[in-house]
Amino acid sequence: MSDHTFLPAWREQSLGRRVFLRVSAASAASVALIAAGCSTTTVTPTPADPYQLALPTGDPGLLYFAYMMALAQTTLYQKVMDAPPTDLTAAERAVFVDLRDHKVVHQQTIRYLIDPTGINQLLPTDFAFSLSKFTLTTRAGVLAAAQQLADLAAAAYPVLLTLFTTSSIPQRTLLLKMSSVQARHAAAVRDLLTPGSFANSDVVDSAGQLLTKTPTEVIAALAPYFAPYVISVAGLAVPV
Amino acid sequence: MNFFNIIDLLAEADPDVLDRFSSRRAVFNSLGTVAQRTALATSPLFLGALFQKAYAGTASLPTDILNYALTLELLEADFYRQFLAAGQIPAGADFNAITVIKNHEDVHVAYLRTAIIAAGGTPVSGTATTGIRFNPSLLPATYADQLKYAQVLEDTGVRAYKGRAAELIGTDLLTPVLQIHSIEARHAAHIRTMRGQQPWVSLGDDLATDARFQAAYTSGVASSTKTAIALGGTTYGIPAYNPAQPSPAESNQQQGAAGTKLAVLITTGIGSTTYLADDAAAAFDEPLQAAEVLDSSRAGGLLA
Repeated sequence: MSDHTFLPAWREQSLGRRVFLRVSAASAASVALIAAGCSTTTVTPTPADPYQLALPTGDPGLLYFAYMMALAQTTLYQKVMDAPPTDLTAAERAVFVDLRDHKVVHQQTIRYLIDPTGINQLLPTDFAFSLSKFTLTTRAGVLAAAQQLADLAAAAYPVLLTLFTTSSIPQRTLLLKMSSVQARHAAAVRDLLTPGSFANSDVVDSAGQLLTKTPTEVIAALAPYFAPYVISVAGLAVPV
Repeated sequence: MNFFNIIDLLAEADPDVLDRFSSRRAVFNSLGTVAQRTALATSPLFLGALFQKAYAGTASLPTDILNYALTLELLEADFYRQFLAAGQIPAGADFNAITVIKNHEDVHVAYLRTAIIAAGGTPVSGTATTGIRFNPSLLPATYADQLKYAQVLEDTGVRAYKGRAAELIGTDLLTPVLQIHSIEARHAAHIRTMRGQQPWVSLGDDLATDARFQAAYTSGVASSTKTAIALGGTTYGIPAYNPAQPSPAESNQQQGAAGTKLAVLITTGIGSTTYLADDAAAAFDEPLQAAEVLDSSRAGGLLA
C-alpha cells in the first residue's frame, strides 16, 4: 500500500504509527458503512487510493502539518528566486532571499524533528505544492501569493501550538520560536504589497489579537495546491 | 465536595501532585479534628490555600503571568502615547502606522485587565503620571531615536510572551497570549522596516551593537533577581531567575532542548545543506525569562 517505512523514533511510540499513512478507499468505505448502522461486517476491498494522505495522529501529525505549511512557502519562494518577475525590485528580491532561507531552515528543522536520520522519505516522491494557480510573472502576483501563504501560516501557529499533547517537548518550543518569525514574514510581505497593512483588520480582531485558523481550515485553503493529493487532518487534535 | 476526588483529578493532570502534598492523608490528618477537617475541606479558601502551598515556588498563577504581560503592554502603550504627543512623527504613513500600533497596545491592555479581573486577580495599573509608565526623561528628541525605543519595546515584547507561553499550556489563556505575541511580532517587523532595518532580528542589526539597546537582544541579568514584582498598585510573582540557564541570545544558532535531545547547530546540523549564520539566527526568535525582561538593562530600565 505504501512504500514509506516506519521511522524508528516513531515506532517506539505507543501506537507504532506509520510515518505517513495512506488511507485506503476500503477503510473509507468501512467508515461509511459503520456510519450507516453497521449493516454488514464484510467490506469489499477496493484498490487503495494513492492520492489520499492522512496526517499521523497526535503530535507527529502536527509536525507534518507545520512541515507542509513550510513546504508550500519554500516552493513559492524558490520559484520567485528562480524566475523573478521583471518588476520585482532588487530590494524586494533581497527580501525574498531571506524569506526563502528562513523557511528552508524552518522546513528542514521540522523535518529533523520528524526524522532525525534525514534518510526517510516523508512524502510521496511526486508530492508537490503546485504553483500553477498563482500568477508569478508579475510583482503584484508574486506578492499576493506570498501574502496568502505567509498570513495563512502565521494564522495557524497560535492554534497549532496549543494542540501538542506533550508539555515539555522541544518541538513546541521550536515552533514557538518560528511562529513570530512567520508573523514578521507576513507583516513584511503585506507591507510590500500594501504599505502599512502589516496588521490590518483583515488579520487582527478588535482586541488586537491575530485572527487564527485551525489546521482543518489551513489544509482546506491549501487543498487546491496539493492536488491531486488530498490531505486528511482527521487524525489531528482539534481545538477545544 | 469530595476532597479526595479533587486530589485524584489533579493527580491525573499532574502526576507529581501527591509528592507536593507529601501524602494526601498526612496533609489531611494534620488539619485537626474530624469536624474541623469537614468544615475546612468544604471551603474553597482551604483548597486554594492548600494548593497555593503545594505549588509555591514552582509556578506562577495565571494572573501573575497576565500581570507581567500587562506591565509590558502598559509600558508600550504609554511609550506610544508619549511618542505621538512629542509631535515628531511625519504625517501620513508613519503617523498612521504608529497610531495603529498604539491602538493595538491599548486594546491589549484592556483585554489583559479584563482577563485578570475575571480570574480573580488585581490588575497592575498605570496612567500618564502614576503607576506603570514609560520614563519620560528617556524619550529622545528626534523621531529616528524615538523609533529605536519602539523597535526595542516590540522585539522585547515578542521575547517576553515567548518566555511565559509554556506556563500557560493547558489553560484557555494560551491561545490569546499567542495571538497577541504574533501581533507584537508584526509590529516589530513594521517598525524595523520604518527604520530601514530587516523586519526580522538579524546579526547585522544596528541596535545589536548600540550600547543603549543591545541588551534587548542578549540575555542574562544585570541586577534583578526578584521574584515579587511590586508595580502599578499591586504585587505579582515571577519565576526566579535561573543563572545556570540564561535565555538564548537572539544571535543563537543552536536549537533543541537540553536533556531530551542534543542541541543542533542549525548552520550545519539539519540535513546535508549548510545555512548562513544570519539565517540560522534570524529564523528563530528567542525567549526571555521574566527576570531578564524586567531587569534594569531591558524593559525594567524603561519604567518611570
